[in-house]
Amino acid sequence: MKAKWFSTVLAVAMAGMLSMGCAGEKKEEKKAEAPAPAAKKVLVLGVAGAQSGDLASYGLPSVNAAKLVAKDLNAKGGVNGMQVEVLPMDDQCKPELATNAATKLVSEKVGIVLGHICSGATKAALPIYKDAKIILMSPSATSTELTQSGSYPNFFRTISYDLIQGKAAAEFAVTELKVKKVAVIHDKGDYGKGFAESAKKALEDGKAAKVVLFEGITPGGVDYSAVIQKIKSTGADCVLFGGYHPEASKIVTQMHKKGLKIAFVSDDGVKDDTFIKTAGADAEGVYATGPQILADNEVYKKALADHEKEFGSKPGAFFPQAYAASQALLNAVAKAGSTDYDKVVAALQNEYIETPVGKIKFDAKGDAEGVSFSVYQVKNGKYELVK
Amino acid sequence: MEYFLQLFFSGLSRGSVYALIALGYTMVYGIIELINFAHGEIYMIGAFMGLIVAGVLTAMGWPVLSILVIAIIVSVLYSAAYGYTVEKIAYKPLRGAPRLAPLISAIGMSILLQNYIMLAQTPDFLPFPRLIPDLDFMERFSMFLGTSDLFIIVTSLVVMVALTLFIKFTRMGKAMRATAQNRKMAMLVGVNVDQVISATFVIGSSLAAVGGVLIATHVGQINFVIGFLAGIKAFTAAVLGGIGSIPGAVLGGLVLGWTESFATGYVSSDYEDVFAFCLLVLILIFRPAGLLGKQRAQKV
Repeated sequence: MKAKWFSTVLAVAMAGMLSMGCAGEKKEEKKAEAPAPAAKKVLVLGVAGAQSGDLASYGLPSVNAAKLVAKDLNAKGGVNGMQVEVLPMDDQCKPELATNAATKLVSEKVGIVLGHICSGATKAALPIYKDAKIILMSPSATSTELTQSGSYPNFFRTISYDLIQGKAAAEFAVTELKVKKVAVIHDKGDYGKGFAESAKKALEDGKAAKVVLFEGITPGGVDYSAVIQKIKSTGADCVLFGGYHPEASKIVTQMHKKGLKIAFVSDDGVKDDTFIKTAGADAEGVYATGPQILADNEVYKKALADHEKEFGSKPGAFFPQAYAASQALLNAVAKAGSTDYDKVVAALQNEYIETPVGKIKFDAKGDAEGVSFSVYQVKNGKYELVK
Repeated sequence: MEYFLQLFFSGLSRGSVYALIALGYTMVYGIIELINFAHGEIYMIGAFMGLIVAGVLTAMGWPVLSILVIAIIVSVLYSAAYGYTVEKIAYKPLRGAPRLAPLISAIGMSILLQNYIMLAQTPDFLPFPRLIPDLDFMERFSMFLGTSDLFIIVTSLVVMVALTLFIKFTRMGKAMRATAQNRKMAMLVGVNVDQVISATFVIGSSLAAVGGVLIATHVGQINFVIGFLAGIKAFTAAVLGGIGSIPGAVLGGLVLGWTESFATGYVSSDYEDVFAFCLLVLILIFRPAGLLGKQRAQKV
C-alpha cells in the first residue's frame, strides 16, 4: 500500500513540474452571445466559424469584422431601416459541429450568413443553408470545388481559391525568381496536393521551367533528409511546397542543414507567424502566397483603425476578407430591398462595392472578381509583401 | 555512389533513432510480454523536458554543447521517473490480469499523457533550439553526413553497447535475463521481479528520452503528437527485428530506416511507408518471429 501512495505523490509532483514549465498561453474562449429576440426591425447576420478550439484564431476575427460593419451601418440607420444584429455561432472548424451550427442559425431565422471558416466545415454546412435558401459568404474557405463545381449556388467568397493560388506561386517562381528546374513537394493532403498539382500544371503549361520532381511526403514524419537528398540530386533551383507550416519548417530547416540553399515557395498554409517562430532563422527568405492585401486601400485603413479603437488590438487572420464579406452581404441586402434569395444573388453579382480587398462584385459561380493572391517573403522575421 | 552514400547515412541516422525507441518496446515485451503503447509518449515527454531545460540554460547563456548534455541528462531522469510511475500506476495493479487488460491500460495511458501535455503545454508546434553545433572537421563530409546525424549515430551506438554490456555482465542484467526466461522461476530463486520490471521501464524510458532530445534538436520542432508516429515506427522496428530481442530491435530499426531512405531516394517518398510496411509483412511471412527473434512455442 505504501508503494501505491508513493507513486501517486510522484505522479502529482511530476504533473506539477511540467505544468510549471508551461509555454503556451491560455486561449481566451469567447462565449457565443445570446441570440437577439427576433424583433421585427432586426436583420440578423449569422457569423459561423471556429470561435473556440485550436483554430479559433482563424474564426474570431470574422466576428469582430461583422460587428464593426454592423456598427457602422447601424449608426447610419441600418439596412432598409432594420438594425443589424450579429449572431456568432461556433463550429470549431469541425464538419459535425458545422452542421449543428447551420441548423441553429437557420432556426434562428438569420437573413444572411458570414462563414464558415474552414473548407471542410463549409462543405458540410452548405446543403442546410441551400435548403433554407440562405446566402452564405466565406472569408477563408479556399477549396476549389466550393464554387467551381457549381453545386452550391448560395455560396460566395471574398478569397480566391486553391487552383489560382498554385498558379500564382508557379508564375512568381518563373517570372520573378527566374528558376529553371522546380521540385514540387506536397503533404498528400487535399489542400497541399491541390496546390501542388495546380502549380505543376501551370509550370508545364508555361514551359519556361521544368518540373524535375513531384512527390508527396508523410506529414509528421521523423525526418525528411532522404527526400531532401533527392531534391539535391535533381539539381533543382527551387522548391514549391504545398501543405502546412509544420512540415514546411522541417523541410526548410533540413534543407539548410544539408547546404541546399535554393528558393522555397509555398502557400497560405505556411504564411503564418507560427512558421517563422518554428523555423527561426531558416525561415528568412522563404516565399509564400497569401490573400492579397491592398496596403493603401482606404477602406482597409479605416477598418484597421476601427478595430484598434473598438477592440484595442490588431485584427487577426482573414479580417479584411471577413470585413469585405460583411460589407458585400449587407450592401446586397440593402440594394435588393429585402433578404429575398434571388434579389440578393442578383445584387451580389451586379453591384460593385469598395472593400478592404478592393472594389469587388461576384461572378456567376460565387467567386469575387478581382480578388487574388499576393506573394510574401520572410524578411527580418516578418512576412513582407513582394508582389 | 555519392547519392547512395547520402541515402545510406540518412537511413542510418533515422534508423538509429528508431532503434533507440524500439529498445524500450522490446525490453518491456521481453520481460512482461506487454506492448507498452505509452512508450512513444515517454519519448515525447523527454523532448519537451529537453526543450524546457534548453530554454532555461540558453537564457542563462551556457555553451551549446553543455546545454545538450545537461538537457539529455535531465530529460533522461525525468522520463525515467515517468516510466517508473506509469508502470506502477497502470501496469503493476494488472500484473495477474488477462493480457488484454494491461494492453488497454497502456493505450489509455498513451492517450492520457498526450492530452495532458497538450493541455499543460500547448497544442502548437514549438521550435526546438539547435543544440548540436556544426563541427569543423565534419565540413569535408557534409555532403553525406551532417554533424547532427553523426551525433545521433554515435550516441545511439554508445548507448546500445552500454546496454548490451549492462545486460550481459551486471547482476541486474542477469536478473533481467532470468525474469525474461521465466518470471515464476526467477522469483523462486530469489530475484526481486518487481524491482527488475521497474528497472526495465526506467532503462527503456531513458533510452527513449535520449532519442527524443536528439531527434528534436535535429528536426528543430516538437509538439504533443510526435510520440505517436515515432512510437508506431519504433514498434514496427521492434517487431521486424523480433520483439523481445535486443539486437533484433537495433537491426530492425536500421533495416526500417534504410528501407524508408532508399525507397524515398530511388522510388518516391509517396511510397515510403508502403515499402516499409511491405517489408514488415514479407519478413513476418517468412520469419514469423522477426529477423532475430527466437522461434519458439508460445507460452500459454
